[in-house]
Amino acid sequence: MAARTRYAPDRGLTVRMTATMFLLGLVFVAFIAAIIGIGTAYGASSTAIVFFAVILGGGFAIGSLFFSDKIALATAGAHEVTPQQAPELHGIVDRLCALADMPKPRVAIADTDMPNAFATGRNADHAVLCVTTGLMRRLEPAELEGVIAHEMSHVAHKDVQVMTIASFLAIIAALLIRIAFYGELFGGGRRGNDQNAGIIMLALMAVSIVVYAISFLLIRMLSRYRELSADRSGALLTGQPSALKSALVKVTGQMSRIPTKDLRASQPMNAFFFTPAMHLSPKGSLANIFSTHPSLERRLAELDKVQQQLGRTAG
Amino acid sequence: MGFLDTLLGRTKPVQPKLDDLFALPSAAVTLDAGAGFKPTGSGSVCFRPVEGRSFSDVQKDVQELLNLSSHAEGGLPVEVSKDDYGFTWLVSSRMSDELEALVTDLHAVNSSLVDNGFGPQLLCTLVAFRDEQERRLALIYLYKRGSFYPFAPLPGERRNNALELEIKGVIGDDLKWEQDLARWFPVWGAPGM
Repeated sequence: MAARTRYAPDRGLTVRMTATMFLLGLVFVAFIAAIIGIGTAYGASSTAIVFFAVILGGGFAIGSLFFSDKIALATAGAHEVTPQQAPELHGIVDRLCALADMPKPRVAIADTDMPNAFATGRNADHAVLCVTTGLMRRLEPAELEGVIAHEMSHVAHKDVQVMTIASFLAIIAALLIRIAFYGELFGGGRRGNDQNAGIIMLALMAVSIVVYAISFLLIRMLSRYRELSADRSGALLTGQPSALKSALVKVTGQMSRIPTKDLRASQPMNAFFFTPAMHLSPKGSLANIFSTHPSLERRLAELDKVQQQLGRTAG
Repeated sequence: MGFLDTLLGRTKPVQPKLDDLFALPSAAVTLDAGAGFKPTGSGSVCFRPVEGRSFSDVQKDVQELLNLSSHAEGGLPVEVSKDDYGFTWLVSSRMSDELEALVTDLHAVNSSLVDNGFGPQLLCTLVAFRDEQERRLALIYLYKRGSFYPFAPLPGERRNNALELEIKGVIGDDLKWEQDLARWFPVWGAPGM
């Protein structure tokens, strides 16, 4: 059937994303195994530390999930707008929601010249979509619509939830590194009464550092794949991959010319932005493996595939 | 969307629901009897055009098909217009007592798009009504939800919410209404109103 071939999922992307998530799961299992191993070998005191880290990390993750919309809006300095205040923007969102059969997110505008957009919130009913005035000023309506469709795909894919869960492991590992580090620091004076404690702390720290490094890279990889799939879904939704492509070219071209003061202020928000504010170097694969977004060239190439797919003649 | 699709970041394009459109003629009778609104005879289909030759061919075919059928019955040719949001509206104008023919026209657009695999591009269908005081009203069908809602614009991008809610009450169960009021999105200046 023509309908099926025209909107078929990208199998390569699915496979890569599954592999990444599988590896993350594997690291998680290995992490648990290592901690249990350390616990049984050196006594129970490490279990208590790990338990404490899991509780703390879990609280942190749930908190950031629940308040993600508020945190994001506050960080970006954005305010919600009503349909009367921003009729064109609401019009675009209305139509896309009707087309995609999604509940309408709240709409916010951030008053900054940096061209960007993000969507966040723990689920589709609590989603908030934010664009900057700089983005609206630079883009044509069709391009703006492409960017908004990309952001709404993030909402549909529940990317905030997926990334929070994926980051959970890294949060715990980072907490353990810190706890173990301070444990070494302050426990160092009384080495005589408990020799084991020092070894436990060192082992915990070593395992946590390895886990943190690996999961950090995997999370970044996952983030890049999710950007690509949001590009893809957004372009399929609007039926205009070229509008999204020209938006990408315009925005990434403009991004590098923005003064650093603004960039630093919005650094923590990078993961949910349309394009990241920092560009280390667009070429060179080493920079790419640390980045939350795929390179411009990669995104354009993937959108070319969507374009071919949509133009395919029926039958 | 299934759990696995969410996890893998795949959105399946939503296929339209078309059947409920044929409930319009009988709802129009109820509407006339209960609130004095009569069909103007014009209606439109709104869809999102897709880049590339394939879609423009389909659109051309649909237009020719509609023009042929309306010409045979002495109607006006189909109008095509593009709105500010990049959506295309095909407007069909019939005599005010030919609501069934209008609905058939609108349905022909749907089925051509669906048959060619462009079903996900359908946004909404609109059928226009007027009462004796020349108040404007449209019944809008959302393809993805398979539901209707009323839209009563006032001058200056305001809408007559009281009238809309009244219409919903008057027609009652004759139409499948959109229960989520947040989805009654306005279509200011829609062609065919």
